[in-house]
Amino acid sequence: MKTNKFWPWLIFILGAAYFIIPLLATFIFSLRMRRDALSFDAYVSVFSDPKFFATFGYSLVVGVFTIIVGVLVVVPAVYFVRLRMPWLKPIMEFTTLLPLMIPALVLVYGYIRLYGSSSLIPFTGSVLGTDILLTCAYVMLALPYMYRAVDNGMRTIDIGTLTEAAQIAGANQVQIIGQIILPNILVAILSGAFLTFAIVIGEFTIASLLARPAFGPYLVGIGTNRAYEPAALAIISFVITWGAMGMINVLGRFAPRTSARNT
Amino acid sequence: MAAFLEVNNLVKSFGSNTVVKGVNFAFDKGEFISLLGPSGCGKTTILRMIAGFENPTSGSIKVDGQDITGLKPNQRQLGMVFQAYALFPNLNVGDNIGFGLKIAGMPADERRARVDEMLKLIGLPGFEKRYPYEMSGGQQQRVALARAIAPRPRMLLLDEPLSALDAKIRVSLREEIRAIQLDLGITTVFVTHDQEEALSISDRIVVMNAGNIDQLGAPHEIYNKPATRFVATFVGHLNTIEATVLDAAAKTVSIDGQTATVPALPTTANNGSAVSLTLRPEVLAVGAREGSDITLTGTIADVTFLGSVIRLRVQLGQNVVSLDTFNDQRTAPPARGEPVTISLASKDLLVL
Ligand SMILES: Nc1ncnc2c1ncn2[C@@H]1O[C@H](COP(=O)(O)OP(=O)(O)OP(=O)(O)O)[C@@H](O)[C@H]1O
Ligand SMILES: [Mg+2]
Repeated sequence: MKTNKFWPWLIFILGAAYFIIPLLATFIFSLRMRRDALSFDAYVSVFSDPKFFATFGYSLVVGVFTIIVGVLVVVPAVYFVRLRMPWLKPIMEFTTLLPLMIPALVLVYGYIRLYGSSSLIPFTGSVLGTDILLTCAYVMLALPYMYRAVDNGMRTIDIGTLTEAAQIAGANQVQIIGQIILPNILVAILSGAFLTFAIVIGEFTIASLLARPAFGPYLVGIGTNRAYEPAALAIISFVITWGAMGMINVLGRFAPRTSARNT
Repeated sequence: MAAFLEVNNLVKSFGSNTVVKGVNFAFDKGEFISLLGPSGCGKTTILRMIAGFENPTSGSIKVDGQDITGLKPNQRQLGMVFQAYALFPNLNVGDNIGFGLKIAGMPADERRARVDEMLKLIGLPGFEKRYPYEMSGGQQQRVALARAIAPRPRMLLLDEPLSALDAKIRVSLREEIRAIQLDLGITTVFVTHDQEEALSISDRIVVMNAGNIDQLGAPHEIYNKPATRFVATFVGHLNTIEATVLDAAAKTVSIDGQTATVPALPTTANNGSAVSLTLRPEVLAVGAREGSDITLTGTIADVTFLGSVIRLRVQLGQNVVSLDTFNDQRTAPPARGEPVTISLASKDLLVL
């Protein structure tokens, strides 16, 4: 028995150390701002910077819109492909993987070309337009995660029969998606949403090239001209990201149970 | 009276595969109709065309004089129960039953009253706060039935609603479905591949075979006067006895050296040709029975004890026939290998 458990534990400890040691080192470093003692001075410094809240707030709002637009695009798309056009599924899978293959830099230069202030659709000509463009870019970046989350959610329920049951009871497509499909895949959508949020909060390339005051560019800016604050920020964003992941688990418990669990 | 449900020349092809091949039927309001047939014969496809989930390749469907062929499912005012229950997992029982009512815009208090009424009807009062996953299959299917009939649909469609349930519940729930159907007087189309189920609860049965209707009639007609050999073998058990035609014109045959007059002979029968006669197990009797004019002797090949009934398999020449005798507690059941005399009335012979 003992030897059986030794190797798994060793591998677990090595793996955990691989992740935890750098994190711990960063954390300890972030406490070293005061010369002779450990302190939270770096954190105080971060939180007293008004730009921290401004950029974080901006990214938060963009993140929320990204999630809403992403859900509105992905849920009906996955639903109709599963229900009516299953042959489209491989194409859809491939398309949703493209954002992982195309560097964000390429994407944003394409955007600036296509939507630049001298183009036919000058999104970047106004602040609001640029914000919309940024949101759309983020919807795209988050697509691989949102798509997979929603697709997994729909796999667990029999959307075909549930749709028919709702249809024969008189419901139209909008009512079916809104009242039956969405509530049943809420947990999946939430996990997609928090992944999206984590991506948006840390994103640098697109936000900085579109010159928007987002959290990502702020983090990088701090990193290049301060010593201890970046470490503190790294820990803070780590906590935010993990908080988002943790929420997926917590909210999962409140979700309605699907019939799939019963059978 | 004009027909309530009318199906005219209904055809459905999936690509080059025609699965429903020109089906016609007409039923009255309040009838309980079963579509019965083996797997793949097109029963579900017909039901789904009535519901509006499949578009017919050609043909039309009328309900209450209205042609519904082109309507969407949500415009047809029909109720449907699915094999896999298909309750909405995110809604509790009350909201499941009230779903169609809510969609139709019924105010909340009226809806609650109707849901209560439905819960009483299916024998689950007080269950409205339960979620589907907290109930047994039989309970879920009853809720599905309540959900289907709550909005007072013009017709109720059921696609093998009992086949996911175990045997005991299957029998009790089918009786319950029939009782509710009679109570509400709702026209019902019930799809099943279980002949016993169809025989026990239907007003009329449509026996399907490979996309065609082989016979349409009341249960006793289907069973006693099967129109085709397929119907006879699919519905109930069928015995075959070989005989020789004595006089085709007089419809006399020789069975094991005894002359019998049969109700009909195939037109191809000539004097001296062999003919297969078929008969139900219950027209055969052990020993002599009043009205029987043919006796045959054989040996008992097998004995199956079924409680109140004992099913015997008797070897007659190269044929084996089955027959049932009542279990008589005062005498020992027949044993395998014993000689036995059986009798039958020639008028009960079927020629298919
Ligand atoms: N969407 C479809 N696409 C192609 N073929 C189909 C489709 N639906 C049904 N079929 C075919 O049509 C035939 C009849 O199917 P149907 O489901 O009506 O049979 P059934 O009588 O209900 O059988 P069962 O008792 O197994 O449910 C089958 O051969 C089936 O493979
Ligand atoms: Mg079927």
